[in-house]
Amino acid sequence: MASPNQRVIIVGGGLAGLGAAVRIAEEGVPVDLFSMVPVKRSHSVCAQGGINACNDVARQQGYSEWQHMDETLYGGDFLNHQPPVYEMTHWAPQIIDLLDRMGVPFNRTPEGRRDLRLFGGSLFKRTHFSGATTGQQLLYALDEQTRRQEAAGMVHKYEFWEFLWPIIEQTDDGPLCHGIVAQDMRTMEIKSFKADATVLATGGCGTIFGKSTNSVICNGAAAARAYRAGAWMGNAEFIQVHPTAIPGEDKCRLMSESARGEGGRVWVPRKKDDDRAPGDIPEDERWYFLEEKYPKYGNLVPRDIATREIFFMCQEGYGIGGGRMVYLDCTALPDETKKKLDGIFEIYEKFTGDDPREIAMRIFPSVHYTMGGLWTTYSSEEKQPVHGDKGKAVGMQLGAPDNMMTNIPGLYAFGEVNYQYHGGTRLGANALLSCIFDGIFCGPSVVNYLADRREAGNTVDKVPDTFFAEAVETEQKKVEHLVAGKGGENPYVLHEEMGNWMTDYCTVVRDDAGMKKLLEQLQTWKSRYENVSLSDTAMWTNQNLSFTRALGDMIRYAEAIVVGALARTESRGSHYRPDFPDRDDRQFQQTTIASYDAEHDRPDVRYEYIPVPMVEPRARTYGAVK
Amino acid sequence: MPDRTIQLKIKRQDDQSASPYWQTFSIPYRPNMNVISCLQYIAAHPTTADGTETTPVVWDCSCLEEVCGACTMVINGEVRQSCSALVDRLLEEDDSIKLEPMTKFPVVRDLFVDRSRLFEDLKKTQGWVPIDGLYSLGPGPWESPAKQDTRYDLSRCMSCGCCLEVCPQYTRNNNFVGAAVISQVRYFNTHPIGANNAAERLNAMMEPGGISDCGNAQNCVKVCPKDIPLTESIADVGRMTTIHSIKQFFRGE
Ligand SMILES: Cc1cc2nc3c(=O)[nH]c(=O)nc-3n(C[C@H](O)[C@H](O)[C@H](O)COP(=O)(O)OP(=O)(O)OC[C@H]3O[C@@H](n4cnc5c(N)ncnc54)[C@H](O)[C@@H]3O)c2cc1C
Ligand code: SF4
Ligand code: SF4
Ligand code: FES
Repeated sequence: MASPNQRVIIVGGGLAGLGAAVRIAEEGVPVDLFSMVPVKRSHSVCAQGGINACNDVARQQGYSEWQHMDETLYGGDFLNHQPPVYEMTHWAPQIIDLLDRMGVPFNRTPEGRRDLRLFGGSLFKRTHFSGATTGQQLLYALDEQTRRQEAAGMVHKYEFWEFLWPIIEQTDDGPLCHGIVAQDMRTMEIKSFKADATVLATGGCGTIFGKSTNSVICNGAAAARAYRAGAWMGNAEFIQVHPTAIPGEDKCRLMSESARGEGGRVWVPRKKDDDRAPGDIPEDERWYFLEEKYPKYGNLVPRDIATREIFFMCQEGYGIGGGRMVYLDCTALPDETKKKLDGIFEIYEKFTGDDPREIAMRIFPSVHYTMGGLWTTYSSEEKQPVHGDKGKAVGMQLGAPDNMMTNIPGLYAFGEVNYQYHGGTRLGANALLSCIFDGIFCGPSVVNYLADRREAGNTVDKVPDTFFAEAVETEQKKVEHLVAGKGGENPYVLHEEMGNWMTDYCTVVRDDAGMKKLLEQLQTWKSRYENVSLSDTAMWTNQNLSFTRALGDMIRYAEAIVVGALARTESRGSHYRPDFPDRDDRQFQQTTIASYDAEHDRPDVRYEYIPVPMVEPRARTYGAVK
Repeated sequence: MPDRTIQLKIKRQDDQSASPYWQTFSIPYRPNMNVISCLQYIAAHPTTADGTETTPVVWDCSCLEEVCGACTMVINGEVRQSCSALVDRLLEEDDSIKLEPMTKFPVVRDLFVDRSRLFEDLKKTQGWVPIDGLYSLGPGPWESPAKQDTRYDLSRCMSCGCCLEVCPQYTRNNNFVGAAVISQVRYFNTHPIGANNAAERLNAMMEPGGISDCGNAQNCVKVCPKDIPLTESIADVGRMTTIHSIKQFFRGE
């Protein structure tokens, strides 16, 4: 048992953070919950399409949890660790039940059961959804349960607080995390917070690429700070580019895969530079290139594949008007199907002025999801196979204290910020699942870790206060340094430049020469960063300071991405290198681990073998015909 | 017209107790701009139209696709989300754009306000379904598509505060909970398990600051960006409280 005065810190109030908060509070352990925005406004609110789980109907059609696992591994190009995927897919049905009990308004069938839709990378309907705003509904359900725990005194929220650094002691037995330093984004007060376990659930890093489908706060700075403090990164180079987004001035807005899951079709005019309105182009003059090349999966091939096909189409001049856009056409769908997509159609209409119910949407790929992230471990164990399992079953051990712990004891990573589950590409509607699964399955692990720590006699109350005071002082010095900067370099301009370069050279197509140039550029950004000047030096709600501080961390994260991508001389999942177009299992059936070399300010990269306890890697073709 | 610029007039305030002042910024026009991209431009180039260097304007935002509710402000006199406020459309009505913080909440700085009262009120009205914990206990109750449809419409409230900004009854120095929270009471009371706490929620609705403070001005429903049927919710919760109080009367409570 954890003792009554042990606490847990959770940084991040998206699905992963809130799931963990509720689960841990339920065990009677108080939680301090930190978030840069009120948790109800976390990025998870953006998720549109749905959440995957095996269900009764699919089961009778031949689907199973095992099949869900197999799809996730095949989709991930076998870069995933298998036991966590086994566990997640086998927990998925009960996670949906749980969300259902919380009152999530899932779409219903005429009989009143949960309705399902088709999603990428599967031939079975196994995606549960709530209109086209599933993430919003799920986040709200967990936000409500968190509020309940807050009212009961078990969760204390620190909203508008920014995590600045983990507090790590180098003990004789190695590093040990004792809590965090955080800053109130309104009063600018910097404080330390103690805890025997700290969970980072800080989401993805999309804004490293400038414009993405992510919220503006998804900058990866929290992960980068942990990395700079000694936590390892896993597969940082694996970044998902989603095939269908609306390019915008400030961000690229996603048009969910559910549009294709419900029957939306991707096409370009067969004739280059055809300038007729899409509705005027007859059927036989349209090129449904995904359906043609992938007869089995059609428009629902995994995202990396659809993205590359769209990208190459445009490169060859087949984009609409010769530009960088293709059509995503939902105009022919029946009205009741269109209604299920209202949530995304409204976004399209609002931001472009066109009604996608009447006219085909114009879309292009955009950076979307962070498969890589903080490296985490877990305890595996052999399971009693359940119905549908096709062989030896190996899952995670419920409650093992090391589940989703980073290489630093006491520091965990849950949700999109960790590198687990999705391997080389994430399948649509698997992220919401992995985030909630982390919170709910690994919450008890955190609680058990507290008990271990108490028994080992190394709880945080034994650490002298001066240790925490020093950690605060270090952060204050960083602020003073930034405020004093007079070099004249504009952090926003630097960020825009980095975003453009990262998008051009390290997303869909990663060629050697481009990435080498990018790596050189990264070194100049580091030195330019040393010369940034703030335009706001007030010590009250200073967003300029917060942004600029994060930029320094984002540059380090970007370097881990680029170094990993350069070193991985193969193509796998979202990582495509024209000079090495094939998957190379002999050399790269391995996790890239990047650790930060503080002395030289650069990542050290090594590889870790990925065990294959259940599903042998096979070629990932999705039945392509040439 | 590459050199076209647009004018943004922004009401600023340095901290909670400072007095507000106005500044004008001139921003190069690009097609498809929204108000957020203008504010981003100002963050990168904090110089006013008359060339004075100033601090970047502070505002709140996150999703940039009108689903998180963070970026709400008063734009050309109307409360709305700044991420979905497209410059071209604003300029159709006016030749400049005026930004002000919401008035019903304390200003933290510039356009950034403190809406924590809204979240506190959700706590008071028990805005959750009282489940027996996160264990595996089977599915929730079945629901007809029609009922799901009604609940879905209510569940999309993003706590943006637009409905409170325009409500004549919601002021900084009273404790009226406002339309958003009343609608959430309906949302939870119409869920079969949520209804287990219906009485507590209705009791809260009958206290000062509850439903009887609503003057039925119906301003709220007109501005809700998520088209939540707020007046319907108010009527519904009104009915629920009436029935609830009659029952209480006959039970001698
Ligand atoms: C447009 C869009 C649509 C999507 N649709 C789907 C879908 O249909 N199905 C699906 O499965 N997945 C979908 N995804 C992916 C999914 O939404 C995310 O992977 C998931 O929501 C991430 O949740 P999270 O809890 O890990 O982090 P987030 O929800 O990103 O939350 C991160 C939290 O960390 C906090 N934080 C970050 N940094 C700091 C810091 N320094 N200090 C303090 N707090 C900090 C933030 O405030 C926030 O509370 C979609 C993603 C996008 C962008
Ligand atoms: S009906 Fe009027 S008084 Fe009542 S909540 Fe709406 S705006 Fe306020
Ligand atoms: S009811 Fe509408 S206007 Fe009011 S807070 Fe909710 S979304 Fe905003
Ligand atoms: S930034 Fe989320 S609603 Fe505008």
